[in-house]
Amino acid sequence: MSVSTIWVVAEPSSDGITTASLELLTAARGLATKVEAVSWGPTTSSNAQVLGDYGASTVHDLGDLGGNLPGVPVAAGLAALAGSSGAPDAILIPASYDGRDVAGRLSARLDRPVLTNVTGLVEEGSLVAEHPVFGGSLTVRSRFTAEGPGIFVIRAKSFAAEPSGGAPAAVAALAVPDTGPTGTATITASHAEDRTGPSLDEASIVVSGGRGLGEASAYAMIEELAALLHGAAGASRAIVDAGWVPYSHQVGQTGKTVKPAVYLAFGISGATQHLVGMKGSRTIVAVNKDRDAPIFSIADLGIVGDVHKVLPALIDALKSR
Amino acid sequence: MNVVVCVKQIPDPAAPPSLDPETHTLDRSGKLILDDSDAYGVEMALQLVDTAGGGEVTLVSMAPNSETGGLRTALAMGASKAILVSDPALKGTDALGTAKVLAAAIRRTPFDLVLAATESTDGYTGTTPVQLAELLGVPSITFAKSVSVDGSTVRVERQTEAGFDEVSSPLPALVTVTAGVVEPRYPSFKGIMAAKSKPVDEVTVADLGLDGQVGFDGARQEILDVVAAESRSQGEIVQDEGDGAARIIVFLEAVKAL
Repeated sequence: MSVSTIWVVAEPSSDGITTASLELLTAARGLATKVEAVSWGPTTSSNAQVLGDYGASTVHDLGDLGGNLPGVPVAAGLAALAGSSGAPDAILIPASYDGRDVAGRLSARLDRPVLTNVTGLVEEGSLVAEHPVFGGSLTVRSRFTAEGPGIFVIRAKSFAAEPSGGAPAAVAALAVPDTGPTGTATITASHAEDRTGPSLDEASIVVSGGRGLGEASAYAMIEELAALLHGAAGASRAIVDAGWVPYSHQVGQTGKTVKPAVYLAFGISGATQHLVGMKGSRTIVAVNKDRDAPIFSIADLGIVGDVHKVLPALIDALKSR
Repeated sequence: MNVVVCVKQIPDPAAPPSLDPETHTLDRSGKLILDDSDAYGVEMALQLVDTAGGGEVTLVSMAPNSETGGLRTALAMGASKAILVSDPALKGTDALGTAKVLAAAIRRTPFDLVLAATESTDGYTGTTPVQLAELLGVPSITFAKSVSVDGSTVRVERQTEAGFDEVSSPLPALVTVTAGVVEPRYPSFKGIMAAKSKPVDEVTVADLGLDGQVGFDGARQEILDVVAAESRSQGEIVQDEGDGAARIIVFLEAVKAL
């Protein structure tokens, strides 16, 4: 049994299609002979070019969802499409806020299991998914044992997004089926957080802070250093849970995956939860007072010391340059 | 208002985790505690019921071995009662199977709102709550950073890539909360004593009519193998002698980040 058709849930962004979705299209075209995208939003037809360029022959367009959260209508659309045109071998979904909603809804609708936290996909007769466990020190390889479609939720940056030069995708309208009471969650307003500098996902330098900062107010130093380096500020789960910084800053298994050129970790011990989100960084600098902190085992430069001394000194030195 | 909170009892995250050598699944045979992530949902439920001026907080959980340690913690915080689905047949159950179990258990009690964490600390599949909402036929709002109930409407500030959305939905509904959404209370001594006599309704897979849909067979997926991941080698680790910042600058220059 080889893989012939893969559908990719292509999530719209403010300026087109999310990079994570383009990564999945790139991966899909290396695995299957036929790749189709399912997308939504007011401007899908203008995204046909980029979707085709990354490998989709067709984009099934659910249109503007009328302010509804995407999870329910997109899953219902996918299920209806599988019913009308036959199910694909696999459906790849980005591990984003909305992507995870789509996956859960679709799984229950089709009564199909889901494989999540996927960071690699290989074809060995059927698709085999790779998942990092224990901070990425081990890789679990798994696959579905019953007939498809296999639903895979894939972490960002698991694959490189590379254009293929393909023709624009054909746009096919896909009606949103009636979803009854399940589809009644509605977005009434959207707020963007003020952000200066690059996003955490895309920054080439990430400066992160953890419990070793001691108190919430010390996080301001992380933000200041990130700004000086034209990077983004990240955080460990511990200080997000403690309410020091918003969840959107969280790097790790349950947060964002980052792969910057330089990752600087201040007061982060390196719980497995955190390491899996940043060990793909090209270089890692860590400052921690505990010489035995796990973060040092993957650091290119480790400073055993007090973040309250090193961090202000580093900020001062950079300011005077 | 009646709120159901899905809670998970997990191996202590502070202890090193291990995989069962035969099944390659997480070894959960030791003592289990309340997942920290779930304390936020329990606290949120208690506050919402309090604000509504009446109703009950019911815990729903699933465990293969009648474990109640974590449930007692949440009961001590103030939840009224618990439904525990416990059955050796549950070992190996995947996220969708878990959702089926929780849905069947939740249908045994009246509810206006179901709360859950965005994902568990040990398995972090993160799909069970939404699968559960679909099975219950209710709307869901995930990644809530604040939750309020206004009559028969739940209003949520939902985390997004760019910031947050205000999302509302009619009740009954399911909401997943992020850590930090509220400050969980510590159980009082009185609460701990009271929790010992609160009802825990223990039911089996057969009671729920889910024979054959749970466990390793119901999961319809298999782990092929577990392999060592590509490892990073350790670099230079030095004690800060007042030169830590200078060393970092030299490093940043060397990698052309400055």
